[in-house]
Amino acid sequence: MPQRSVVAVGASLLVASLALTGCGTRGGDDGGDTGGGSGDSKVAKIGVIAPLSGDLAALGKGIEHSVDLAIKQANESNAIPGWKLELAAEDDQATPDVGKNAATKLASDKEVVGVVGTLNSSVAQSVQPVLAAANITQVSPANTNPSLTQGADFATAPKRAYPTYFRTCTTDSIQGPFAARYLFEKAGIKEVATVHDKKTYGQGLVDAFTKEYTKLGGKVVSAQTINPDDDKYDAVISKIKPSNPKAVYYGGEFPQAGPFSQQMKAAGLNVPLMGGDGIFSGEYVKLAGSTATGDLATSVGAPTDQLESAKSFVSAYDAAKYSEPYEAYGAYAYDAANAIINALKTSLKDADSAEAARQATVQAMSSVSFDGVTGKVAFDEYGDTTSRVLTVYQVKDGAWAPVNTEEFK
Amino acid sequence: MELAQQLVNGLTLGSLYALIAVGYTVVYGIIQLINFAHGEIFMVGAFGALSTALLFFRSYVDEGQVLPFWALPVLILGAVAASVAIAVLMERIAYRPLRNAPRLAPLITAIGISVFLQEAVRLLYGKIPGFPDAKQKVPFPKIAVVSGDAWTPFGLTIQRSTIFTVGALVICAAGLFYFVSRTKTGRAMQAVSQDPDTARLMGINVDRIIVVAFVIGATLAAIAGIAQGLQVTNVNFKMGFLAGLKAFTAAVLGGIGNVWGAVLGGLTLGIVEALAIGFIPGTFGGSSWKDVWAFAILILVLVFRPQGLLGAKVVDRA
Repeated sequence: MPQRSVVAVGASLLVASLALTGCGTRGGDDGGDTGGGSGDSKVAKIGVIAPLSGDLAALGKGIEHSVDLAIKQANESNAIPGWKLELAAEDDQATPDVGKNAATKLASDKEVVGVVGTLNSSVAQSVQPVLAAANITQVSPANTNPSLTQGADFATAPKRAYPTYFRTCTTDSIQGPFAARYLFEKAGIKEVATVHDKKTYGQGLVDAFTKEYTKLGGKVVSAQTINPDDDKYDAVISKIKPSNPKAVYYGGEFPQAGPFSQQMKAAGLNVPLMGGDGIFSGEYVKLAGSTATGDLATSVGAPTDQLESAKSFVSAYDAAKYSEPYEAYGAYAYDAANAIINALKTSLKDADSAEAARQATVQAMSSVSFDGVTGKVAFDEYGDTTSRVLTVYQVKDGAWAPVNTEEFK
Repeated sequence: MELAQQLVNGLTLGSLYALIAVGYTVVYGIIQLINFAHGEIFMVGAFGALSTALLFFRSYVDEGQVLPFWALPVLILGAVAASVAIAVLMERIAYRPLRNAPRLAPLITAIGISVFLQEAVRLLYGKIPGFPDAKQKVPFPKIAVVSGDAWTPFGLTIQRSTIFTVGALVICAAGLFYFVSRTKTGRAMQAVSQDPDTARLMGINVDRIIVVAFVIGATLAAIAGIAQGLQVTNVNFKMGFLAGLKAFTAAVLGGIGNVWGAVLGGLTLGIVEALAIGFIPGTFGGSSWKDVWAFAILILVLVFRPQGLLGAKVVDRA
């Protein structure tokens, strides 16, 4: 009897371990098979690192699907003869540590040549060094913190931070001042309060905004922060209210900004809230409710659904019937993926393996230049996009409507 | 003026903490268990109210209209039903088998249940047909009379949800006082709290009293869930974590096991947080440091009065 139970335990352990290793190597096996079949088509993967779960999943899913679309189209048109592209999406949960693990996982996958992501600047900071060490090209559709490309001293002594890092969106050092000029010059608002969530993105945005706004002659009457884990902001709002700002500039993302706007107006502070691309989401309007009307947001580029060049992207995206909309960064993720694909056209041509083409891909990125769906896609010496077009949106009838698109000079 | 306003804010926040803290303290008073899953009972209550609104007032919710006032008792019933059901199940399935186990076992179980309930709501709520995905914040419906324009007496801003929260605390506290000191079950609770073995010998069904303690905690947490929904106009699966932690702090601050201590501790904590945001200048002020001040007060109280502000008297023996 005892012997039999030992056998039973042993057998089940064996089965379990087989099942586990089966899971662990399945991805690799698939790749090995297709890669080994030389002559047919070799596989190169484009990774995605974005929040696919959690508060910001709406934006992350839009990025994932848009990259998927770009890859499918490249495969259909046989953009890179002899190679088949695949998507490798990883969830970063909008958390730097998780993002780092995702990057490590992608870097150890020999078939990954490029990565689109991340959404959050704070996550990018931990992802950059991992991908850079493996010579993997990273193109972010959404990171707007200037230090990611130009180094910590971006204001005084810009210096390229990582040769592998590029982005298709403009930075906070343009977005913040753009918002400041809009409020001061176009909207005629001379007194604002600022609030940020102490994350890399929010703080960077508010710093850039404040600098330009005070330079123009505006006055920041109250500067506050919130805790991103909090649900209630009435004590902060009570602190802002006596200083009588004519608008509140918010650095952060919609899961906090929406309720903040709602609570601000419920507390009788009836001034518009303005934020950056982080609050430019349909979810913001849902959370902020009916009192969101008049709230403002800046976002990178011209409105996707109004761009002539974006129409084919929008119709292809709709035709593919993804379960989530492309959201604020879909078009930028699509352009980011196409930028990588364009670079791969040169780097993969004579390469034996995807891993061997990593360095060449990074080099090819600097000469990438094409008309993307968000405008011209090309990168400057820091890896920033050469396009500096931004748009101000305003909430009208429960949705964001563009009010002003301009090139920042 | 700002002082008065911050006191109002603190009172609102404190009432919410107090409603949740009572649940920690009642259960601790009877079985010396710190039920770390209690924050999730609060979250389940909020989702129970949301579900009730979606099931019975769907047309209002879809069109973004304000629910009629008579929906409020219905929502409260739904919230209480959800919270109580989960709390009773939790006691029956997870805690009762561990009744005589070492103290650490139920404590770790409580943490496990907390994670389980959070993830269950996060992953499964949206799978129910017609219900929104709960992986993100979900807007909470507005209800006539208790949502809407704030009152502004003497330049103060008093939200209607504040009145609801503070009113709920007053009514619940009065009801609890009556229950504990005047009813037979309430007195049986005191007896079990003082000495469960003797109470059992006197013919008190101890298991039933323990369930009653969980039901009381869950009822108050469910009402707090609605109050939170009305105040911040959204609910999410992790709302119970921080609120539960703060309420636990409030219970310890007031003297865990003591119901009035929980109420006083909650109000103190809320007011300290609001005043810290409002009046501490410079680097150490603002909302970044409010939790530091709140916990600093806790440490001070524990150093000079280890039994908490009110000590342990009413429903307790620890």
